[in-house]
Amino acid sequence: MQNRRPVAYLGWTLALGAVLFYALIPVLWLVSLSFKSPATVTDKKFIPSDTTFDNYTTLFEGGLDSPLLRPLINSLSIALIATVIAVTLASFTAYAIARLDFPGKTLILAGALAIAMFPPISVVGPLFDMWRALGLYDTWLGLIIPYLTFALPLAIYTLVAFFREIPWELEQAAQVDGATPWQAFRKVILPLATPGVFTAAILVFIFAWNDFLFAITLTSSDSARTVPAALAFFTGESQFTAPTGNIAAAAVLVTIPIIIFVLIFQRRIVAGLTAGAVKG
Amino acid sequence: MSTAVPTQVGEPAGRRAQRKRGGPTQTTDRTKAERKLALMLCAPAVIAMLLVTVYPILYAIVLSMQKVDLRFPEESGFVGLSNYGAVLSSPLWWQDLFNTSLVTVTSVAIELVLGMALALVMHRALFARGTIRTAVLIPYGIVTVVAAFAWFFAFDPSSGFVNNLPLIPDEKAWFGNRQDAFTVIILTEVWKTTPFMALLLLAGLATIDEGLYEAARVDGASAWQRFWRITVPLLKPALLVALLFRTLDAFRVFDSIFIMTRGSQDTESVSILGYNQLISRLNLGLGSAVSVLIFILVLLIAFVFVRFLGTAVPSQGDKK
Repeated sequence: MQNRRPVAYLGWTLALGAVLFYALIPVLWLVSLSFKSPATVTDKKFIPSDTTFDNYTTLFEGGLDSPLLRPLINSLSIALIATVIAVTLASFTAYAIARLDFPGKTLILAGALAIAMFPPISVVGPLFDMWRALGLYDTWLGLIIPYLTFALPLAIYTLVAFFREIPWELEQAAQVDGATPWQAFRKVILPLATPGVFTAAILVFIFAWNDFLFAITLTSSDSARTVPAALAFFTGESQFTAPTGNIAAAAVLVTIPIIIFVLIFQRRIVAGLTAGAVKG
Repeated sequence: MSTAVPTQVGEPAGRRAQRKRGGPTQTTDRTKAERKLALMLCAPAVIAMLLVTVYPILYAIVLSMQKVDLRFPEESGFVGLSNYGAVLSSPLWWQDLFNTSLVTVTSVAIELVLGMALALVMHRALFARGTIRTAVLIPYGIVTVVAAFAWFFAFDPSSGFVNNLPLIPDEKAWFGNRQDAFTVIILTEVWKTTPFMALLLLAGLATIDEGLYEAARVDGASAWQRFWRITVPLLKPALLVALLFRTLDAFRVFDSIFIMTRGSQDTESVSILGYNQLISRLNLGLGSAVSVLIFILVLLIAFVFVRFLGTAVPSQGDKK
């Protein structure tokens, strides 16, 4: 065994290098493009020969009328609101499924699973028509509703898996020791449930932040258009300049928070993604 | 489930009185209260899910049997199944269905192999397990549209670095023909979603008893035999769930095609076709027929997975 170790380490280092390279190459290319000037954007080189921040600054020129500020505000607000609502509703449901005994439990889980598999394109047309009739077309709420609904199954499954692991007897134990029900909940159960709730929130946020189909079908202007949709409709400063540098810069800006997010919460994301799917 | 929610959750005083009395009435009363509470807790989520999926899909079915073209609103009316006839007899639908299936099958197959390799690498990690997990989570976290742009710019003949690589012709127009465009689209899909596959498989690998491998090794089984005789059979449940989710997900392919080709060069998927009919041409009738057909196909895929491949869909309801 001992003399096999260096070989194993070498092999592992190579594998690690290959995975890192594969995962990061497109991101690095975007970063490279985002710092290139219009003169060098077509030079196909990885290291920009002259670096400029123009691609970034022009994204925010003109304040709220700028290409990126409004979509960024829309994206963040819509994703955050959808996350809070979805996680709250999912917590109620998951608590009932994990702790209470009632008929229809399996039905709810099966229904949630069916919705997780549901093709969004199938409801885009009706929602487009309904939202126009209800005045929800091109509004935040018009996107929040489909996001929170399509994220609910993921949140419910994640939370049920987490809630099942909580030793609920502790709540009673604390009450026996003289804690009020509220204290027992706040001091004992809440700290145990928080990681699960947080994990569900991260997954829902990533889902809402990532969506493109609803974003381009249920909006028509910057009043509710999110970043992915805005990116698709970016135009160059004149009709002769491709907005490559600007798109790359905007892409980098929306990717950096996700990378930081992943760095901090990777354990939770992994736990959440695999919570519902493997045990069964 | 959407029935009226019971008003009260049960009175603790009454319950206490009954507990003293004991007997079966007590349990039924408590069970009732518990059921009421459970229904109240589940109702908001269930209603939300019904309102945004079941109602619209029914509405889509209604729309699909009408002539509804928002550009010619006065011509609306019931037309029966003729929209379906129009879709099913159009070569475009079959072409797009073929394209979608091609992207689905190819990308899921590649993801399965890569994801399995990645999962095994992570499972047997000697060091830097955290680093590698972070690295694979980056594609998962990145917005699909951004991933599509990244690969589009990488392959773009005017600014991409790919054509500068050795062995690749400098002027190769990747998005100028169907085959190369599909190569890049599939590459993007694979890059974005292999992490998900790998993580599901990794979680499955963690449930396999290490002792089995030890025993097999003692018995002289090679690494190859251990993989096929132990890992694969025991991983089957996790594998099938991962495949089901990824197949359904890949079948919806939209974002990357929209960004890279918008369906030109015969790279249109069924989702793009639906979008074009519904949103670009505002033909809600024909578009809804496409939507309903996609819905039926997704049902069919799920059915095949569950019924014929024996995918044990995660159902935590009956676990305890």
